[in-house]
This record gives sequence, C-alpha cells and structure tokens, in this order.
Amino acid sequence: MSEFLLEFLSEEIPARMQTGAARDLERLTREGLAAESLTFSEVRAFAGPRRLTLVVEGLPARQADRTEERRGPRAGAPTQAIEGFLRSTGLGRDELEERDGVLFAVISRPGRPTSEILKDLAEGIAARFPWPKSMVTGSGTFRWVRPLRRVLALFDGEVVPIEIDGLSAEFFTEGHRVMGARGPVRVRDFATYAEALVERCVVLSADERRRRIVEGARKVTAAAGLHWVEDFGLLEEVGGMVEWPVAILGDMDAAFLRLPPEVVRTTMRVHQRYFAVRKGPEADSPLSPHFICIANVEAPDGGRLIAAGNARVLSARLNDARFFWEEDLKVPLADRLPRLAGVTFHARLGSMLDRVNRIEGAAHAIAPLVGADRHAAGQAARLAKADLASGMVGEFPELQGIMGGYYAEHEGLPAEVAAAIREHYRPQGPSDAIPIEPVSIAVALADKLDTLVGFFSIGEAPTGSRDPFALRRAALGVIRIILENGLRFSLGDLVEDLAGRCGLQPNGLIAFFAERLKVALREAGRRHDLVDAVFALGDDDLVRVVARVEALSGFLASEDGANLLAAFRRAGNILAAEAKKGELPSGAPSRVAEPAEEAALYDALEDVTPAIEESLAAEDFSAAMIAMSGLRGAVDAFFDGVLVNSEIPAERANRLRLLARVRDAMLHVADFSKVAG
Amino acid sequence: MPASRPLSFQDLILELHAYWSARGCVILQPYDVEVGAGTLHPATVLRALGPKPWRCAYVQTSRRPSDGRYGENPNRLRQFHQYQVILKPNPPDMQELYLGSLEAVGIDPSMHDIRFVEDDWENPTVGAWGLGWEVWCDGMEISQYTYFQQVGGLDVKPVSGELTYGLERLALYVQGVDNVFDLAFNDPQGPDFMTYGDVFLENEREFSAFEQETADVSMLQRQFADMEAAVPALLAARGRQGQPLVLPAYDHVLKASHLFNLLDARGSIAVAERASYIGRIRELCRRCAEAWLALEEGGA
Repeated sequence: MSEFLLEFLSEEIPARMQTGAARDLERLTREGLAAESLTFSEVRAFAGPRRLTLVVEGLPARQADRTEERRGPRAGAPTQAIEGFLRSTGLGRDELEERDGVLFAVISRPGRPTSEILKDLAEGIAARFPWPKSMVTGSGTFRWVRPLRRVLALFDGEVVPIEIDGLSAEFFTEGHRVMGARGPVRVRDFATYAEALVERCVVLSADERRRRIVEGARKVTAAAGLHWVEDFGLLEEVGGMVEWPVAILGDMDAAFLRLPPEVVRTTMRVHQRYFAVRKGPEADSPLSPHFICIANVEAPDGGRLIAAGNARVLSARLNDARFFWEEDLKVPLADRLPRLAGVTFHARLGSMLDRVNRIEGAAHAIAPLVGADRHAAGQAARLAKADLASGMVGEFPELQGIMGGYYAEHEGLPAEVAAAIREHYRPQGPSDAIPIEPVSIAVALADKLDTLVGFFSIGEAPTGSRDPFALRRAALGVIRIILENGLRFSLGDLVEDLAGRCGLQPNGLIAFFAERLKVALREAGRRHDLVDAVFALGDDDLVRVVARVEALSGFLASEDGANLLAAFRRAGNILAAEAKKGELPSGAPSRVAEPAEEAALYDALEDVTPAIEESLAAEDFSAAMIAMSGLRGAVDAFFDGVLVNSEIPAERANRLRLLARVRDAMLHVADFSKVAG
Repeated sequence: MPASRPLSFQDLILELHAYWSARGCVILQPYDVEVGAGTLHPATVLRALGPKPWRCAYVQTSRRPSDGRYGENPNRLRQFHQYQVILKPNPPDMQELYLGSLEAVGIDPSMHDIRFVEDDWENPTVGAWGLGWEVWCDGMEISQYTYFQQVGGLDVKPVSGELTYGLERLALYVQGVDNVFDLAFNDPQGPDFMTYGDVFLENEREFSAFEQETADVSMLQRQFADMEAAVPALLAARGRQGQPLVLPAYDHVLKASHLFNLLDARGSIAVAERASYIGRIRELCRRCAEAWLALEEGGA
C-alpha cells in the first residue's frame, strides 16, 4: 500500500480562506477517489500561508479491474438505437447480452495504474478548485487564489507527472522565505516532507501553529507577570498569516489606557492583529500597556527591532483613535442626529434619521409593556444611532453602540439611557447576552422590530439561505429577549401597532416569528410540532406559548396524554365524518340516564371543566392537562360502550354534542390535530 | 533600521530608481496632471491594457484633498508620494524582486517581520481591480502589491503586477522618525540639509485651506461638466495619423477625477450623488481604454 503526497506552493493565501481550502481539498480528493473506486486508509489536508498539502495513505499500486453493466435498448429496437448503444459502449452486437428482451453491455475495464488516476484527479481538482476569489497571472489562463509557484506530487516515492499551467510536478518543496536553508529541498514522502519543513521553519498544521501561538503568548506574558487576552477569532486569523509563529511582547504608552478598553483592543485587533494583554488572570482584569504581536520570523536580535517597529505603528494608530475620541466628545449625541438624515438606511425605508424617528416611536409604545420609563426609553432610542455619525464608529463600525454608551455617559445622561444605547444591538448572536434592564429592553426590541416590520413590509423577507438584512437573527433576538426576561404581551398586537404608526404592512411577520420560535425550540431539543399546535390557538404571547408547549410536551409523553390524544382524534374524526352528512347539532348536551357511559362522560365533563378553566386562567397548563386527563376513563368507556351514530336522531344529536364538548375542552389547551405522530 | 546611515527621502527614491532601472524598467517622471494615486498615470492605466510587454517605474505625486490636515497632523498629508512599478506580464519571481527592493533601501527581511496581508485592491473611478496584498513591515503597511485583473472595466491579458510603495511611510520607517515633517529630505550631514517640512509644510497648509474651504464649488462643477464633454469629443476627433486622441482624452478623465475629489473635499457631493459621479468618470475611462486598445500603440 502506498502514499500520495501533493503540495501546491503559492504566494500568500488569504488567512480567511485557508480552513475552507483544506476542507475542499480533502473532500474533492475523497470524492475523486471514490469515483475511481480507489481504496485508501486515510486522507489528510493542510493549509497554511503559502501551501495547500494533501496526503493520502494506503493506496493500491493499481486500480482493481472493474466490470460495468449498462442497460441498452430492447432487442427489437430500431437499428439506429442499437448502433448508438454499441458506439457508446465500444462493443460489437454479438458481445451484448440479452435478458428478458433487453440488451445489456458488460464492459470490463482493466484497472489503471494509480499514478495515472492521481494525475487526472489532481489536475482536475486544481482546474476547478472552489476558491472564493481567484485570479490569473502573467500570460496564463489558469486560476488560483494567488500565483501558483510550485507543485510537489509523489506517489510511492515517484513523481506523478502533473502539469498545471506550464508547471511540472517535481520532488521539491520550499521552506520559510527567510529562515532555515533557502531554496528547494528534495523529499521522498510525507515523513521526509514534514521533517524538511520543520527544519526550514514551516509549521504545516494549522492546529499546531495555533498551539504554538497560544503557548508563545502565554510564555512572553508570564515572563512579565502578565496575562494574554484570549481571542479565538484572531487566533484563527493570525494562525493563517505565519508559517513560523513567534510571539513578541511589545509595550505602549500607559496613557493610551485612558481610552475605553474596547477602543484599545479593537485598534490592536482590527488594524494590527495584536493580542491584548491584561494585568491579572481574571477576565475583567484591566488591560496592561502591552501587546502581543505574532511575527513570522525569529530575528537574530530576539525580535527587538520588530517589537520597536510594531510599537511605533500601534502608537500612531492609538494616537488616531485618541484624536477621534477627543473630537467625538466635543459634540453631544443629539447634535449628530441631523447628519443621519444624509445616511440612507434602505432606499425604500428612508434615511437613518427616519429610522431613528420610527424607533423612538416604537420605544414609547413598548416601554409600558416592559416596565420601562417612557421618557428614558424614548430618549435612549432617539440617541441610540447617533454614534454612527461619530469619527470613532466611522473608523471602527464594530464599536457602534459601545461608543454611543460612552459618549452618553460623558454627557451626563442617565445611566439607564447610556446602558440602553450601549446594549440595544444585543443579542448579536446566539451566545451573546441579552439586555435585562427595562429601558435597554425597550430600545433593543424597538430596534429589532423596526427592522423586521420595515423589511417585511417591502417584501424583503429572507428566502432560503438569503438573509441579507439578518432578519432571522433579529427575530431570534426578539424571541430571546421576550422569553428570557419573561415579558408578557401579545406580539401580534405590538407588531400591528408599530406597523400602523408608520403605515406599513409586514405581511407574514407573525408566521415568521412562529417559524423562528420553532427553530429555537427544536435547537433546545423540544418538539417543534407542538409549537404549531399552540400557535393554531391564535395565542402570540410567547411566554405563554412556550409554557403551553412545555406542559403539552410533558403531557403527551404520559400514558394519559397519549390516550387522550387518541380519543381527541377519534372524536374529531367522527365529528368530521358526521359534518359531511349535514350540519352538526348545536347547543349543549343534556344529561341522559342511559346508557351509563354517556351519563358518565357528561358527569366527567361537568366535573373537569371548571378545573380546566381555572388552571387555564392561572396559566397553569400542566394542571389543566392533569385535569383534562380526568376525562380519559369516561371517554374510553364512552367509545367502547356507546354507538354515536344511533338510529334515533335525538340520541345521535346528544352524543355528537358531547363529543364536540370533549373536543372543545381540549382545544382550550392546544390544537391536538396539529400534533404529529 | 539598517546599521549604516538611513537613507534620506530623496536617496530612497534614487535607490529604488537604480534598483528597478537595473531590472529593465523605463524610469518615468511623475505625470503632470493632478491625480489621486500613482495608478492613474497613463503609464499604468493605459499601458496595462493590451498585449504589449511593459516595465516602468516612477514617482507619482498623489493628491487626496479630503485627507488634508493643514500640516498639523504628523501622519496625514493631502499630498504625498507613491513609488509605482509596473511589470507586464508579471514575472514569476515578482515577490522576490519586491523583497530585493526592500533590501536595497535598507530593510533586511531576516531582521524584520515582512508580511503579505490579503488586500484586494480596486479603484472604481477607473474600473480597475486586482488581487494582492498590503505588505507589512513590522506591522506598518509599506506597500500595496496587486495583480491587475481588470482596468477600465476590461479584462487584462497578460496580467500586470503593480507595486506601490508609500514613500513617506517607507521613509518614516527607514529613518525611524515619527513625524513626517521631520523626515530628512536630503543628506542630514550635507551643507544644505532640508527636512520634508522645509520642502512641503507650506504646501500642506495652503492647499488644505484651498481644497477644503476656498475652492469655488460652482467653478469646479462647471469645469467638471467641461471635462466630461471634452472626452467624447477628443475620442471622436482624429490626429494626423488618423487616430482618435486617446491620450488627451485620458488627461481630461484625470482632470474630471481630480475635480470630483475637490468637490468631495468641499463637502458638496451628497451621499446619493457620489455613486453617480464615480460611475460617470468610470464610463469616460472605459471609453478611453477601448479606444486605446484599438490603437497600434495599444496592441491592436
């Protein structure tokens, strides 16, 4: 069994594309090998700043011989059809087999040498590699992410003669640009390849590069009695920018730490890809006037020049940030609002200022529903977007809200207003915290509901994987804020109110919320069909909807629940069948003495109805269902002992009335017809 | 910073000239029409089109009226200098050539952290884009490195490699200076030492005021309209050899582009108008690009 080693060495591959490229290389290889019925024991792919590498182990020297059977036309088909089939199979008429009047071609294909197959496979993958963005270079037509410089392709120690755009595969790879021995190095297999790279200061595996970055960052900070601030997004990116990670601790003027910590960290991360450093191990420990830069070179002076150079660049960047901060503090948030009139939110939804006006109105409407001070909510909503016109947010859009919060504090606005401005974008993802203070809640809901009402009203609801305005995230944010804060109101009424104020019609928005709630519950491991059963009642108080779903879920899992569900369906089926024959009798059933089962069901209904109603009024849905399960014995006995479809019309009518009452009693809790299974 | 004496601003330029001259480049002078970037020089925009090989290098004075800080900011200038290299087709060892040029100006890649960081360059006003990187030296962006894919809205074949060095940035780095106006323009030990500020500070002060406060908006608007009308007229006119007047037409595109930048710096371009202005300039540029390709000079 033999090994295939393939390396595409190129100029620097964007860090953000590397993980996907390794995954695609592995997937395309697996698919290609499977299509050729080539067996293997393992496929691994690696991506780094300058190379994509593939190793396949356990390949046979040759592909196994294969026979392929193809079904052709019927034996009596026109000559033309048969001749076409012969041409496509390369066989003669007498080589075809006839079975049940149909012609079959049995084509035997001798296995090809694996090396030949690998050549085709690798050339095919290179020609169609799914880079997010690719380019041509020089006079060529071959597309790659950046110019391809060298191809290494070895099968069982021999070169696989791959040809790509004038490059012929060879035995050679290259190491780090400036460290280790320069120039090409000859390798025999993956083991010697990996060894050659380590000697030439290249860490092949992305995991290993990240591990070294973390280790290096810990080491340089520990030596100074400090702690690095973990940032996994940055780690991923930096791990794709260096072949030989070297952590270097640099320092900065401590005066910069008078800037908000978010500004310092964002300047470091976005502009310079530095990790921040803090004084203590705790997550809320203050920043230290240091940074960690991950260099791609181990310089002979221990990185002294590199640290000094980076420190000067950071200092210039932080000076810029301080300039923005100081300039921004000179202008009150309210004075920035007119500038939002010149910023288009969406061609059909007006300017950012139009949006601010809508959000302010929405916050006023929402405040009483969430126990927020109406004036504070309106003020916070009015100022929530003002920082978009500030210098700092112009430079760092990701600081929107956060800067507004600082500027509001600086102006001496009430703490709850500043907090609401800061938090109103939350939650920004499934793991982000939600606002919990009433004013923050009002503004966060106003912001998201304005977005949803607006885009649904102009027909921009998400479709399939297309959700350019992140409406799913907004809806999930609304759902989380309502549920996790236990907010009680009818979402439908609120949406109607907000839309009405702006003359908008958000068609399908409530159904969209139901859909998102279902997804959220499904992800939490609950039965999503029960959401339909509850939503069908027309209840859109989400807290109550979820309480019903929870109770229903527990109830249906019990034996009583399962039986009652069956009874409900039976009653429903009978009523539906009878309804086809003519209008169902209306009015309340009467108590009859005989048969006993009919009387017993009447009594049971009389018995449990007040309990169900009482529990429903108290929103104790579990109690309502326990009460409902009191019907079970009587319902079962009724179906066993009583013929609903009596020949005596009065009997039939009374029994149908009884069944309708059973169904209606249950419908108070959920629409059981929507329960699956 | 190299152990030997760091290069002055002008020696930096002379070293780059010597380096690229030795590698077959035509050394040109800055184009004498106001431009916002070295790319806009016809030696890049027009010569990148068509099949003919071309290697050139030049310094381009670049004007960005909106960036003016009246000479009061140590890092921001409204006028700065780019060193521009075009290699068409891009040779396979272009990255090594580039790194060699850094060594030539005193940046030793084994002592410094040189990084190629993804940056897909585009210039919408001339309909040009390409893939490449910002080049970082110890965290500072010192160059833009691009493989052109389109110019004037047309696919390029062969591809040109473009290197743009920010000369002030590079000089700040090489000289270890924090304030651009303190850069040594010529030899600090020479008889008539001049700093960058001695040469350009007054220029920054006056032009910042002109571009952001004084420029006559209605005049600029009239001039823009004139330039816009001139381009198709020049492309329709014929020279002695029967050719459309592409180079003069392109000069007028450059003037329109600079007038747009001035209007922008005066704050007189509404957000909604911006895209329309850029689209109009791009269209003029596309027409010049097509006309150039139809010329013998363009490779027709």
